[in-house]
Formats: sequence, C-alpha cells, structure tokens
Amino acid sequence: MILVIGEQRGGKLNRATWEAIAAAQQLSAAENNEPLTILIAGANLDPLGDELAAAAVQEVVTLAAAALEPYTPDGFTAALQAAITELGPSTVVLPHTYQTRDFAPKLAARLDRAIITDVTAVKRVGNDAAFVRPMFQGKLTADVVPEGPAPHFITIQIGAYRADQAARGASPAPVRRMAAAVQASAIRQKPEAPFQEARQAVDLSQAERIVSVGRGIKEQSNIPLAQGLAEALGAELAASRPICDAGWLPMERQVGSSGQTVAPKLYLALGISGAIQHLVGMKGSNTIVAINKDPDAPIFEVADYGIVGDLFEIIPALTTALKS
Amino acid sequence: MKIAVCIKQVPTRDWQPRLNDAKTWIREQDATYEMNEPDAYALEEALRLREKQGGEVVVCSAGPARVAQVLREALARGADRAIHVEDDGLGNADAFVIATALASAMQDEQFDLILTGLQSDDHGFAQTGVILAERLDRSHATIIMEVQVTGASLRVKRELEGGWFQWVDMPLPAVLTIQSGINQLRYATLKGIMAAKKKEIRKAALLPAAAGATKSRIVALYPPEKAKQTHMITGSPAEAAKELVRRLRDDARVIQ
Repeated sequence: MILVIGEQRGGKLNRATWEAIAAAQQLSAAENNEPLTILIAGANLDPLGDELAAAAVQEVVTLAAAALEPYTPDGFTAALQAAITELGPSTVVLPHTYQTRDFAPKLAARLDRAIITDVTAVKRVGNDAAFVRPMFQGKLTADVVPEGPAPHFITIQIGAYRADQAARGASPAPVRRMAAAVQASAIRQKPEAPFQEARQAVDLSQAERIVSVGRGIKEQSNIPLAQGLAEALGAELAASRPICDAGWLPMERQVGSSGQTVAPKLYLALGISGAIQHLVGMKGSNTIVAINKDPDAPIFEVADYGIVGDLFEIIPALTTALKS
Repeated sequence: MKIAVCIKQVPTRDWQPRLNDAKTWIREQDATYEMNEPDAYALEEALRLREKQGGEVVVCSAGPARVAQVLREALARGADRAIHVEDDGLGNADAFVIATALASAMQDEQFDLILTGLQSDDHGFAQTGVILAERLDRSHATIIMEVQVTGASLRVKRELEGGWFQWVDMPLPAVLTIQSGINQLRYATLKGIMAAKKKEIRKAALLPAAAGATKSRIVALYPPEKAKQTHMITGSPAEAAKELVRRLRDDARVIQ
C-alpha cells in the first residue's frame, strides 16, 4: 500500500496535498496498481476526511488527537510513527512543504528508513522505482533510488504535479477514524499562532507584468536600472530571495517558495539563475523572458525567450527600445 | 553557552558542472568550493549569540580533506575551534551518513544549541539538521529567522510559506536550521585570519556505523531536461533588445 500524508492548517487542506495524491497515483500505476491510502493528521478532521474521500483511493484515514493541534514536529513524529507501523505502507508520499521539511526527516530517522526529498517525477530503473530530483541548485538532475527496507519516504516538489491531475473516484472512498496515541507532555515545542510580518502592500499575484531581479544585478545602486525598465513595461518590480535578504528590495516583493507565487502574462527575469525555490514561485507565468550572463543558468529551462549577455548593456537597450 | 554550527563545503555558484565517467556524481577534482551559504548565516547567528551570552562556538563538518578550507574560514570569522569528521567517501554522502557522522563526533560535547543551514546548495535535501536532532534526541525547529535565548529556554521565529511566520518556544538543548537572510554576514578580518591559524581543528574518524547509514543511491546524474522550447535572441544589445520587444509585442502579445 502507498500512503499519502496530507497537510492541513486550522482545518483547511493545503492544495499541495492533491499534488502529492496525483504523484502517488502515478507511482501506484507503475507498481501494478498498488492500493492507495490518504492519511490526514490533526484534530476535528471529519470535514477534511470527507473532502479527501473524493480522491480515487482505497481508503482515507483521519489520525486525530487533541495534542496534534497545532502542528508540532514532536507530536506528528510520535503519532505518525505509530500509524505507519500499524498501516505498513511500502511508500509514504508527502508534499515537500515547509511543514513536511520540519518533521518528515525526523520521522524517517525514527523509523530508520530512506527519505528522498523534493521529487519532481517517478521513473523505473530496472526493477527499482527511481525518483527524479534537482541537485546543485537545479544545475543537474538526479535519479535516486532509496535503499533499505520499506517504507521509503518521498516528498513531492510543489508544482511538479498538478492538483487537478489527481483522479477522483466514482464514489467516495471509505473514511476510517484512527485515534493517535500522543501525549501532550511528550511535545517539546510550544508554537504560537501564525502571523504575517506586515500587511502586504503589494499583491504581485495580481500583476500582469513583472520585472524580477536576482544576484546578477550585483549592487543596490543598480536597482533603479531595473525599476526604469519596469516602468517602461508597465510592470511591478520583484526579486529573488538574495536581493530581499540583502535589503535591496522589501521582503514583500520576493517571488519564490518563501515569498509570493505569481503567474503574470509576462515575467522578465534579470540576472536570476533559477534556483528551484525561485522557479516554484513563477514557472506558471504565461511568457517568461530570461536575461543572464550564464548560458547554462537553469532559468533558461523555463524561459520562452532568452538573451545571454551583460545586464548592464541589455537593460538600458531594452528600456530605450520600449520607449521608441 | 556552548554552540555548535554544522557547515558544509559545496561547489561555488559559478561552477560549471562536469560529471564523472559513470555519470553518477560530479568530477569533484574540477570543482571550486565555498561555504554553503545558509550555513554561513547559521555561523553568523552563533557568533552573535556568543557575543550576547558568552560561551563557545564550535564548527563541525563531515567531508573529505578539502573541507578544512571552510573550517579554517569559519575560525577566521570568529569560531573558537573546529571538529572535522574526515573521510574521502563523504563527498557525495547522503544526509543519513552526514548526520550520523556529526552526531557521533558531537556526542560527548554537550552542546546547548546546534545550528545549521536549512539545506545545502549541492544535494539540497533539507534533511541533515532534522535527522541530527533525532539522533541526538534534541528538540528542533526548521527554517528559522530569529533566535532568542533566555536562560534554558529558546524562542525562535519560524518561517512558514508565503510570507507567514510563527513563534515557537522550546527548551534547550535544541537543534535549529537557519534560513538565509536571518542576519547580515560578517567577513574575516586579517586579524581573524591570523588568529585562525592557531585554533584547533580536531579530526574524528568516520565510524563504520555512520559510513553504513546510507539510504539512497544516485543511479544517474544529468543536465536538466528543458521544460520549454526557448527562443534564444542574439545580436548586439541594441539589436537583441529590439528583437525581444518585437516578439513580446507581435508573437507573445504581452505588451502593447
């Protein structure tokens, strides 16, 4: 059996759960239609159980305990360790969210089982299932085979599978309630309610055109150059994480896994190499233009148009060409 | 306060990958190396905590002999001493091997706090810190953007996705994985570089239990397959700019 562990916060399902279900269904098809089970952990899970029962799976399991709300790595590791031991899956599939990154390696280590993270596709190499993942900041791709006894843990990169690819069943799958054996006293982390730093003044997700700058811009004093191009294009200015880390643009203008996810008509990437954390935030854009000095930069893999060259020559030329 | 920082040496950002003959790993001898960037932020955070709290900062790395370069750099930036689990086979080791190797080398040190970067720029597993916490039976939190220590308790700001954060309290000792951008990095001074020469790098052997902890195998390594057909536009900057504008206007129709 293949087990998908879904993710929820405050009773709301994370959409990435459906992406993980789509990946698990593909894996199941490659493994002679091995049965699928979806598990969701937390408290008050009945509505979520019903929502997930729409998927074409054998069973949905709700793993509930008061101590699982809010999420903590200690609570989830203890509860899931027991549930996985009881259910005995061959593979455990999770979405590669920040929450998964927080507990899944601990869970795999507790059970002493393999974990392959940030997987974008599944393929077969001989008798083994191999999992495809980026390495070296996206400069290379690896096919990785997990070793040792089952279950193997696989985390699926956000956006690698589409939520709407997940097959729905003809009738709802049965939902089984499972009580989690976890004591509040065994949980060391005491989390507070999530918050946003400042009200987001800029909603980049609504922008039609975005000019985005990366490390290639070199210095803060060069930002106005990109700003000028953005104005000529009628575009919002955005950036990859290192630019916001350096304080050259405010954090609210950051595109990527830790910032905003955007899908404008035009995304123009200036001096952005295309690390996966950035790509997940913008690869849904309609038309992507990349300008970079490195012809092998991973950003060109998602670009519709590319120019290899010096930003400081091309940006002014582009601004001039737009104004004429 | 006794703080450990786990650092990794990774290929530099402008390194052009070349593969070994089996196409299962890179040609390590061709690469140029630097300190993994998120680990540099973890080191900076440790140095700042020591400035406030007093104590000691010990940098730890598991890797081949070349790793001594980043340990020496960390000592130059202000770390007090270093631990190096040295083995030629560690260059492409998975997170279980690295975490098990570090755990055994750190076991007798009784660190109050262990910091590391949230992930490495080579494998990018984002696993080592969390597995290390489990192996040492420490509380942990990941992707941290602020660290506050009061007595034996720890309060951290954890980054969630999409601009959300969360404060989490937990007891020491603990393991944290640090997000890039948590602080502003300092660079080594000449005085620091000179002082680093006299600081201790303790070498530890890779134990068979750690070497055998591997749980994954790369069967193929290759350049990424292109998701899209990219039209590359060439010519002088002025020509390329004009052609791009024409294409965006007439073909893609994303500008007027």
